[in-house]
Parts: sequence; C-alpha cells; structure tokens
Amino acid sequence: MALDDRDTATKLDFKVVGTRPPRPDGIDKVTGRARFGADMTAPGMLTGRVLRSPHPHARIRSIDASKAEALPGVKAVVTRADFPAEVPEDVADVLDNCMAGDKALYDGHAVAAVAANSAAVARKALKLIEVDYEPLPHVTDVDAAMAPDAPVLHEAGGDETVPEGHSRNVMSRVQFGHGDIDAGLAQADRVIERSYRTAATHQGYIEPHACLASAGPDGQADLWCCTQGQYMVRDTCAAILGLSQGQLRVTASEIGGGFGGKTTVFLEPVALALSRKAGRPVKMVMSRAEVLRASGPTSSSSVDVRLGMTRDGRITAGFAELRYQGGAYPGSPVDMGSMSAFAPYDLENVRTVGWDVVTNRPKAAAYRAPGAPMAAFAVESAIDELSKELGLDPLDVRLKNAAREGTKASYGPTFPAIGLEATLEAARAHPHWSAPLGENQGRGVACGFWFNFGGNTCVSLNVAPDGTVTLSEGNPDIGGSRASMTMMAAEELGIPYDRVRTVITDTGSLGVNDVTDGSRVTFAVGLATIEAARAAKREMCRRAAMIWGIDEEAVVWEDGAARPSGPNAGEHPPMSLAEIAAIAPNTGGPIAGHHEVNAEGAGVSFATHMVDTEVDRDTGAVKILRYTVFQDAGKAVHPDYVEGQFQGGAAQGIGWALNEEYIYGDDGVLQNPGFLDYRVPVASDLPMIEPVILEIPNPGHPYGVRGVGETSIVPPLAAIANAVSAAAGVRMTQLPMSPPRVLAAIHGADDG
Amino acid sequence: MSQIHVTTTINGDATEFLCEPEETLLDVLRDRLGLTGSKEGCGTGDCGACSVTVDGRLVCSCLMLGAEAQGARVETIEGMADGDDLHPLQQTFLDHAGLQCGICTPGILVAAKSLLERNPAPSEEEVRYWLAGNLCRCTGYDKIVRAVMAAADDMRRAS
Amino acid sequence: MRYEAPDSIEGAVGLLARTPGACHVLAGGTDLLVRLRSETLEPETILDIKRIPGMHEITPEDGGWRIGAAVSGAQINEHDGLCADWPGVAEAVGLIGSTQIQGRATLAGNLCNASPAADSVPAMVAAGALARIAGPDGTRDVPVAEVPTGPGKTSLDTGEFIASIFLPARPERSGDAYLRFIPRTEMDIAVVGCAVSLTLDADSTVDSARVALGAVGPTVVEVETAAEALVGTQVREGAQQQLATVCSAAARPIDDKRGTEHFRTHVAGVLARRAAAIAYARAKGDRA
Repeated sequence: MALDDRDTATKLDFKVVGTRPPRPDGIDKVTGRARFGADMTAPGMLTGRVLRSPHPHARIRSIDASKAEALPGVKAVVTRADFPAEVPEDVADVLDNCMAGDKALYDGHAVAAVAANSAAVARKALKLIEVDYEPLPHVTDVDAAMAPDAPVLHEAGGDETVPEGHSRNVMSRVQFGHGDIDAGLAQADRVIERSYRTAATHQGYIEPHACLASAGPDGQADLWCCTQGQYMVRDTCAAILGLSQGQLRVTASEIGGGFGGKTTVFLEPVALALSRKAGRPVKMVMSRAEVLRASGPTSSSSVDVRLGMTRDGRITAGFAELRYQGGAYPGSPVDMGSMSAFAPYDLENVRTVGWDVVTNRPKAAAYRAPGAPMAAFAVESAIDELSKELGLDPLDVRLKNAAREGTKASYGPTFPAIGLEATLEAARAHPHWSAPLGENQGRGVACGFWFNFGGNTCVSLNVAPDGTVTLSEGNPDIGGSRASMTMMAAEELGIPYDRVRTVITDTGSLGVNDVTDGSRVTFAVGLATIEAARAAKREMCRRAAMIWGIDEEAVVWEDGAARPSGPNAGEHPPMSLAEIAAIAPNTGGPIAGHHEVNAEGAGVSFATHMVDTEVDRDTGAVKILRYTVFQDAGKAVHPDYVEGQFQGGAAQGIGWALNEEYIYGDDGVLQNPGFLDYRVPVASDLPMIEPVILEIPNPGHPYGVRGVGETSIVPPLAAIANAVSAAAGVRMTQLPMSPPRVLAAIHGADDG
Repeated sequence: MSQIHVTTTINGDATEFLCEPEETLLDVLRDRLGLTGSKEGCGTGDCGACSVTVDGRLVCSCLMLGAEAQGARVETIEGMADGDDLHPLQQTFLDHAGLQCGICTPGILVAAKSLLERNPAPSEEEVRYWLAGNLCRCTGYDKIVRAVMAAADDMRRAS
Repeated sequence: MRYEAPDSIEGAVGLLARTPGACHVLAGGTDLLVRLRSETLEPETILDIKRIPGMHEITPEDGGWRIGAAVSGAQINEHDGLCADWPGVAEAVGLIGSTQIQGRATLAGNLCNASPAADSVPAMVAAGALARIAGPDGTRDVPVAEVPTGPGKTSLDTGEFIASIFLPARPERSGDAYLRFIPRTEMDIAVVGCAVSLTLDADSTVDSARVALGAVGPTVVEVETAAEALVGTQVREGAQQQLATVCSAAARPIDDKRGTEHFRTHVAGVLARRAAAIAYARAKGDRA
C-alpha cells in the first residue's frame, strides 16, 4: 500500500487537530456524574483510617493495638508488621513512607491504620492504639540539615557521590555543565553573586487521595484509586505486598488534579493490606490535613548563583549551587533543577552543582516540572538584576544569550529546533511589553525550560461494526487528554470527532503505560494513537484491496475511505470506514490497530512570561495586574486545553511566588495543614491570564506536538520576583513574597 | 447514639433519611443518598467543592449537619440540568473549556447559578469575588470566569 | 452525641443548664463544624437555636436594629436599612469567609467563637453594640466588648447563650468603617483589623469616636488614645498620622503563621488611618 508508516514528515494540514470541540467527558463532569476517587463504593465496604505521628522525629518503641482491635466494629488493624520484612530496594522508601518502620520521620507519618464498619468507629479505634514514641531531635530546614551537627535521619547516610565530611543528611550530589567558570567570570564586565530561597509548596489538587481496595484470599486483588498512573500503582503495590502484578488489577478513577502529586502511592498499599486482613473491601480517603501533612509537597530550596555579563549583555559564565530538601527520604528533584537552571541559554561556561538533602518533612513528590521553578527563580532573578545594573533590556539580554537549534545545552545534549527565541520575539512584539505602568507598579519577565518525557505507551484502537471507533489508552486524563486523543484518532482516520470514543483502561486491558507525567501524554499517547490508527488504516486498505481484487499497494486512505490509486488500480468507488467495518466478518474478522512504544523525541519546551504587579508600600501587599504567557506548543491539538495548561501553570506559579508555603514551628509540626492558611490563589486574586501559543513543530512527533503541561510553572516565580522588585524598589530573593516579607524589605531598604 | 430522621426536599424530590447527629449534609448526600456530585475537598469550608443551596442560599454542605436539613429545600449539582437539557452554565463550561480535571466543577456551577439568580449581569470582578470560596487548582480561573459571563449573556438574551 | 433543636429560648436554656460544659450552641456552624471535624471538640449535645422564633430576624428597635443570633452575614448585607446605618458593621460581617460562609455565618457566632481576629467584633465594639444574653435568670444586655475574654474564651455563664445583637440608633452626622488586612483578596483570617466609628459636630469636626483593633492582642482592643487623636479634628493628615502612631503603639501582637509582630504593629496604624478616612467621609454624608 501507498501509506508509508515510516513517514516522518510533520503533517501541516489538519481538519480536526487545532479545532476546539467539546471534551468527551464534559457532560459527566458538569452534571456530577463523573466518578472520582472517593465516589466509588463496594458491597460490604469498610472505612479505613490512618494513625499519624504527632512527632517530627521519633523512634517507635512499640505499638499496642489490642484495645482498638477489641472495639466492636473494628475489622482489621495494620502496622508495619503486617507488611513483608523485605521488599525490593526500589520500593523500600515508598513502603516506609506509607507505613513507618522503626522511626516516624515527620509530623503526619503513618504509623498504623484501621478498617471498621463506620467512620466513627474507625476514628474511635485510632485513639485506642497506643504508640510508645521516643522523640528524637529534628530538622526541617535544608541548610540546617546540612550542618555537621544536624540531627541525622538515616544512619547509613548518602551515596558515593557525596564527598567526605558532609552531614549524613546529604544523600547525593550531582554536577552538570561545561567550560571554565573562573575564566568566564574573568571576561565579564560585571559579576553578581546572590543567594535565593524558596519555601516548600504543595501541588494543591482539590481532590484528596482516595482508594477502594478489595483483596481476596486467592491472591487476586482489585484497586480503584485516583492516580496519575494505574500501572505505577499496580507495580508498586504488588512489590510492597508481595503480590504478582498480573493478579492485581488497578482502575484509575477520574482524577481531581495531580500536578505530579499522584505519581506515587500513599493509601493504596495500606488499603490493600487492610482489605487482605479484614477479608472485605476497604475504602480510604485522606482529609485535607492529611494531604498537606503526609502527601508529597515539593522541595524547599536554597540556591547560590554566580553570573558574569559583559557590558553588551553577553553572559560569560553561569554557576549555581542548589540545595533541595526532599523530605524524609532521598529523591528531591535537585537533579532536574541542576539540569534545567541554565537550559534556556547558550553559554560557553556553565556549571551547576546539586545537593539532595533529607529533613523531617513529608517525602517530596513530583510537582509540575519538578525542581525547575526554584532553579529558574534563582538564575532568572540574577539575569534580571545584572541586566538592570548594566542598563540593558531584559528581553534583549535573553535573546542575545538564547539557546537555539545546535546549542549545546548546559546539561549535555545539543538542541534540535526549539522555540525559545520565538517566545522572546513574541513577547517583545506584544502590546503588553510597551504598555505604560503607574506608580508602585513594576513589570517582570523570565524564561523557563522543561525537558518533556516520552516513555512506555500502549494503545489499542478498535473499529466497531457500525463504523464508530473506540480508542483504549492507559493514561488518566488529567486535563482534557481524552479530547486530544480522540481528535488525533479522528484526524488520522479521516472521520468526525464524534465517531471516536476514547476510554482509559484498567491495568488488565493494555500493556504498561508510564505515569501521566513529564508532559508526556499528548506527545507519547498521541504518537501511539496516530500509529495505531495508521495500523488500522493499513488493515482497512488491505480489506478493500481484497474486495476489489487489486494489490494492497494500489489502495490509499483519504478522507475516511479507502480509494484505488495508481495506474493499475482500476475504477472502484471509495469504501468508507463504516462500509469496510460492516462487512469485516466476511473479510477476515474484526478490525483493530494497536501500537506499543517506548517513545523518544518528546521535544523540549520553552516559555517566556511577562507580568505586571503593584505593591502597596504601606502593607507590602502585591497585586497581579496583568499576566501574559508565551509558550511553544509544537502543535496545539486542542488549543483550549493548551491555553488552560498555560494559565493553570501561571496561576500555580503566582501562588508559589506570593503566598503559598509550608510553615513549620520550632516543634517541627506543620502549622498550616488546611486551605485556610495554605493559601492557594482564589478567583479574586488573579487577572485574566493571556495565553500566546507559538507553534514550532517538534520533529519527533508526526503532528509536531510537544508537551505543554509543565513549562508554564517554571518562569512565574522569577517573573513575579522581577516585577515585585521593580515595583518595590528592592530586590526580593526569598519566596514567598508574602506581605510581611515585602513590607520588611521595603522598610529595610528605607532604613538603609 | 441514636439516628435522626430527617424529611427534606432534594432537587425537587421529597426525601427522607436517617443520619447520625454528627454527620454533615455532605456526608448524607454522598454516603447515604448516593449523590456524589458534591465533593469534599477540605471539610472545613475553604474550597467550595461541596457547594449546594439550602432554601435558595448558597452554603458549604460540609459545614452543615444533615439534621439541619429538616424541612429544607436542598439543590445540588445533580438537579441542575433539566433531564437532557443542560443549564446554560453547564453548556458554557463545556463550550469555553471551563474545566480541566473537573473536581471543582460541580461546586463552581452551583455557586455560579446562585450568583446569576441574584445578579443576571455580573461584572468580572463580581464573578471573581462571588467565586472566591471555590478553589480551582487547574485553570487559573480565566476560562471559568469567561464561561460564567458567557452564560449570563446567554441567559439574558434568552429571557 | 445528641442533636437538639428546641423551639424556645427557655427550652434552649434548659438544655444548656442540664449539660454544662458539653453542650455547644449551633447557629451558623461555620466555626463549630470545623472544630467537630478536627475532633478538637467532642460535645455531648449540639444545640441548634435556629428553630427558636426570632432568631432569623432583623427588627427595628429604639431607632437601632436587633439582629437575631441566627441571622446570616448574607441577610445582613441584603438589609438596606441596617447597611445604611452601620455600613462598617455590615462590611465587617460581609468579609467573613466566602459567599458560602456568608450564607450561614452569624454575628453572634463570630462573637462567641472569641477569636481575636474575628472581623465583626471590632466593628461591633466601635458601634457600641450590645449582646443580649439569655440564661436561666432571664436575659441581660452587655457591651459586645465584654463578651470575649481571651482566645476562645467568653464571659458567658453556664446555661447562657447569645440570643441577639443590638446595634444602637445611629446618631446624626456619624459613620463607621472596618478594614482588615489579609494576604489574599478573600478567604483569609484577618492579620490585622481596624474599625472606626465617629460622630461629627455641625462644622464637620469629630465630636466623638471609637476605634477598635483586631488580631493585635488576645481580645479585640478598643483604643481610647485613638479616639482622642480623632476628636476635635477633621481627620486631616496630622490627625491621621497621630491616629496611626497611637494605634501602632496600642497593638500588642504576636508573631505567627499569619503575620509578624512588626507587620501587625505597622499595619494597625495603616488600617486605622484608612478606616478613619472612610468613616469620616461617610459621616459627612459622602457616599462611599
């Protein structure tokens, strides 16, 4: 056949892709019918609850659950003793985080759990569990945790990358870059050295973690949960509980936000253990306080930057040392922060050093472009300050140093076609850049980078006898991806959007799909969808060729139908997908296409953000006046949801920059485990956020698609800090820029 | 501990239920009546995902006891569409992509409906302040606010 | 736990007297249910006062307004007469929480919760409001300022509850205002709050004034020196400056997760001058 499945040319003419149809799950979600994590029930279901440590650091001498077990209505109590003593190394920390072993490592660390026939009984039972704690000294600050005399969380200490003489809380060290920093700084007309700090923030999804587990005595188990990856849940829980992956079926519910925070497990292994012990289904739902105390926030950070610039704005050298605390276990995203810090720039001399540090806080989970926003905050603030000192336009400086096709990135690879310059040019040309500012107002810009992932992907596309199509994919739809997949399938098949339905399958129905993360889904699942559709088209062309009695090579697929093509094809009326599907039983059976791939070529992504702020000099209050996002989407499949990603990332960045923070007291206890004092932006805090979509096709995707979900949270921290610094007349180097901090900075500058 | 018998009207239907004294209206709706469209995002009145109206007044159902619903008229997201006919707000949320994950959507729709019943032509600022108690973490509120204003336009034109 | 919804004040008082210490009054419930949820409170009995006649009513009385204990913030802000007389009190109660909270939260509840940061309390204190307390011996009226005695503590005796709040007749040429500072635009607890109520004489000079600060001490503070700074002035720059200075001096705040001592002290003065300017404009008859 004429259809070349190795065709790597980027498609440019689209009928469906680029339009804005209603999302397929829309009606369910505006009518309350959509079923999220906590919305499922099972016959005989019990309620599970977790007992959590009130201490930030304590040895667990013993746990006596006998009184709880004796309470009428209690059907099971589990502690660490109910989990295997030995588990595979890659899930050991996950298990310890889900259920503490010898030590409770943070305020909120799970130490026991109960399943009872009502929530009230479960609550009462928790109070009857007697835990004998030996409180230990604790540390929650990253720099304090690195001090030689800091309380130590894990006696074994860090890995071989950590040089001698460091605190055992330093778990690893990474380093990236090229060139000679000292030589580069010597070429600079001006050098800046600054330290920056950011507070830990939470992903803040509105849906708390929830699951419903049912484990039978035969080793089979079913789990329903809100997650970004049902296969990850399956594999992790199976490893922790000693189940086989094939015997555990995980179904992902609709998911009420994740932003990286649902790429691991918290309740799921506990619910399975309780269910196994009680012999009944167990449902568990976290409270908001539990979400904040015990599910993954991102790291707090402490970053030093040294930057040299010539009078005309050329960056001669960039150095950053990044210290991230990842909570009680190794695995802060300092590696990605170190890789991304200088990624937007074409630098001869660049180096980053990253330190992964443990503290008595909840284990950090991924949060939208993990590690990158804090690094960009530091580097983009330093570039801004240096540009201002040299009297240079901050967009000009960034354009002058911008990475482009062929640039050797600071973290190693050489970039193919990328969109950073396009976003900067668009920013400079936008009316926002030249709009006048009033008194106490300031404008800031910053750039951001994210890698984007590909990964393991498996989809199946099935043609029904009536000519409609079902696409089965294995990635939870977190922000409209079913619409995008449906559109790409319809585009490729040449049939209307409403003839395709995309469903998210359980783990039993498809092969492995990596987690919905890394902005991978529209790219990788989209790619697999297109390839699956192409496979189905090949099959349908083959069926048409068989009916017409001509060679497969003489049939092409155009506008939703097989058509004869070429000199020897003969005259045959086209056969539509529906016509071929109707007689499929007579031509060889059902028609389907599928595709399995470990996708590469995700295509890196860049954005430039521009923001105007106003500062109340009497109170330190900051108002966001105007916000514009310029980002490369490669190809925007459903522009509404691309814009939504730009706007949502900017809004989370605004929260991070201004008011969100984990506040620990001297006692190591989290002081603000609720939406009252963990202050995410509310509707009246924000202006409209203007999204400007640039489309520089990704050569690694048939339609040119790049991931768009994460990059939009990378620039806001710095863009807002630059704007507030301009408005307040004093440089802000610590987040959040809460009113007390801004007022203190203004007063400090006035006094100085 | 004895259960309380409550007679109420939910989405126009006469409804009876038994509940424990400490159960919230949200608990009752979700766990006893199967109306899981109202969501619990916080349980402390800070997120608005559980928004319902009681006797026409917008409230957080997590901050009201089930027992207090005696004799009241409760409206939830499940009662917003008229059969297959979506409320104009539901339609504009679909048309304007006013939702991403959708967990906050029921509460926001209930709250927005309550706004438009009182103020058929709200300004952007009025929409934003009315909805300040409905947290959305996905959208940055932009498309939500636009969808509410578009629905207000549609409803004014239709009336 | 039991839920009781008596239909008379006497019934309520009787229940309160029978279960001292373990009976909690439910009006709007916006604080009580949060405490139930967090298990910091495990009462024997929840006493819902909303079935008692009059609890939902705003009625004119002696030129002022009597506000039933279950009247919600939304009801108050929909009441044109009350809003015209006491705009500062109305805006203070209107600032409590979200639209949803407004549907339930009450003045009486805000007062009994006894948080130093309660928005409506400084405004009621500045307005000279009285709380009518029902108890075993009948009812008594006490100034609002005397109800909270410390964070979470009130002067109510066993068996007592607040049945209504009375806002007195508003004198001629007077106005009130309440401002608070919060980090966001909505949904936060006041980091500092300030209410000003003042009355002018015929030539627009302040004749009498009351200034109350919230969230800068264990209870709401009425600042007498602030009233002195305003009386005899036309609230111009010098008087505003003096007002700010004495309000900052009167503030005895703490450092906590919501604000620093330095911040609260400074902002108490900032809010006082801003609120005084609004109250003054209102007293002069300017629409604000």
